[in-house]
Amino acid sequence: MSPDSTSALPFWSDALSFWSDAISRTFLVEERYKIFLQGFWNTMLITVGALLLGVFIGVSVAIVRVYVYQAQPQPFWKSAGQFLRTGKSFWLRSLLLKSMDALAELYLTLFRGTPVVVQLMIWSFVILTTTNPILVAIIGFGVNSGAYVAEIARAGIMAVDKGQTEAGRSLGLSAWTTMRLIVLPQALKNVLPALGNEFISLLKETSIVGYIAIVDLTKAAGLVRARTFDAFFPLICVALVYLALVLLLSAVQKRLERRMRESDRK
Amino acid sequence: MNSKAQSQNVTPVAPAGATEAAIQVENLCKSFGDHQVLKGITDVIHKGEKVVVIGPSGSGKSTYLRCLNLLETPTSGQIFVHGEEITNPKCRVDSLRRRMGMVFQHFNLFPHKTILENITLAPVQTGLMKPREARERAMELLQRIGLPEKAKEYPGMLSGGQKQRVAIVRALAMRPEVMLFDEPTSALDPEMVGEVLSLMKELALAGMTMVVVTHEMGFAREVGTRVCFMDDGKIMEQGTPEAFFSHPSHPRLKDFLSKVL
Repeated sequence: MSPDSTSALPFWSDALSFWSDAISRTFLVEERYKIFLQGFWNTMLITVGALLLGVFIGVSVAIVRVYVYQAQPQPFWKSAGQFLRTGKSFWLRSLLLKSMDALAELYLTLFRGTPVVVQLMIWSFVILTTTNPILVAIIGFGVNSGAYVAEIARAGIMAVDKGQTEAGRSLGLSAWTTMRLIVLPQALKNVLPALGNEFISLLKETSIVGYIAIVDLTKAAGLVRARTFDAFFPLICVALVYLALVLLLSAVQKRLERRMRESDRK
Repeated sequence: MNSKAQSQNVTPVAPAGATEAAIQVENLCKSFGDHQVLKGITDVIHKGEKVVVIGPSGSGKSTYLRCLNLLETPTSGQIFVHGEEITNPKCRVDSLRRRMGMVFQHFNLFPHKTILENITLAPVQTGLMKPREARERAMELLQRIGLPEKAKEYPGMLSGGQKQRVAIVRALAMRPEVMLFDEPTSALDPEMVGEVLSLMKELALAGMTMVVVTHEMGFAREVGTRVCFMDDGKIMEQGTPEAFFSHPSHPRLKDFLSKVL
């Protein structure tokens, strides 16, 4: 712009042109918005996939651990003694329960004890080298999140009064039906706040998938930044998108909580 | 079976006319770890009998009751329900429990389900009834206990006595042949005990086979056809309510009755 044209324009025109330049530079030139859309789509895909996988793994592990806890398998030497005395024993069942519990424990230790970005790279560069990267990311985050969900779900299940299970079983419902219709819904209500936390951190954690060459929201911002040498716009925009998604998740959580509190009315 | 019953210090008393055994218990033992709670119980509960089990706390009465529908797994001994051995590992526990209703001290209604759903859940899930049929049956039962207007409410909104009456009809919805009551009035405010007991009395008059663990001596005297006194994991003494309360013979029972009556 020439100096004399500036004086003819209103005082806010500088600001206006600054913003419009920035927007067109960040989003429109070379159709860069497509990178952001691609990134947004991948972030959503990974988050939702990992969330479902994590809940599935977590709840399964929690049910196994609670079951083992309630069945109280005997220590091996005790079972052996019983076997010698009476000729019968539940040693096989005890052994099975114990090894399932040990396996679950190992899983929790490994996946809570190492950084998720390291796990993700191991999945991608060591184990699943030829798999679709998005799928690798879903597996990586899902398995990681499952370890956290497992502990949340276990706390929730164990907080449900034992009498609830007994009432269900005494009515002739199977163990699984009782778990599904009576215990889990009450457990979910107990752990909804903790679960909401986990989902929110899962969403934000996916911002590291750039490490395995997936273009998610964060990586998209990085790519655009490298083209335009402008860090401010792409990063702020991406931050706002994450914030909006988190707000959406919290809103869903609040709604669910309100609905589940309906039965609390006295 | 007969010889075993006689080998115990007391012989079960069969009510006049009733001969068919609903539940047979043979030398039932139960231990929790190293602690033996039941030390060999042998008994026959006939169809239509109302057996009231009393005894000090820690005597094993609740454990005994809970063994009858396998909420506790017996350590040794046998239990037969209508001739079928339920202590056999091959026994199908769920179908056994469908035929035996249980009522708990703390009601254990499902707090996240409405009263109606509490009652219809099991009949529908087990395939005993279609949802519509179950709802009609539930409303009929609620009518009977005078709470039809609570159908859409949640258990949290009910009083203790109402909760326990709902818990009883929830068990009844499965059309059980035997009802087990585990201290059904112990968690209730005194003024609510009556409504629950009168529902149980009604049930008894209708001919239901009942096993009741309770501290309500009045109920035992009035409704029971047989009263058992348990102490230290064994049935110490049993008999008809009249004989049982007027001529207790065992010193432990005399001691117990002198404290509670």
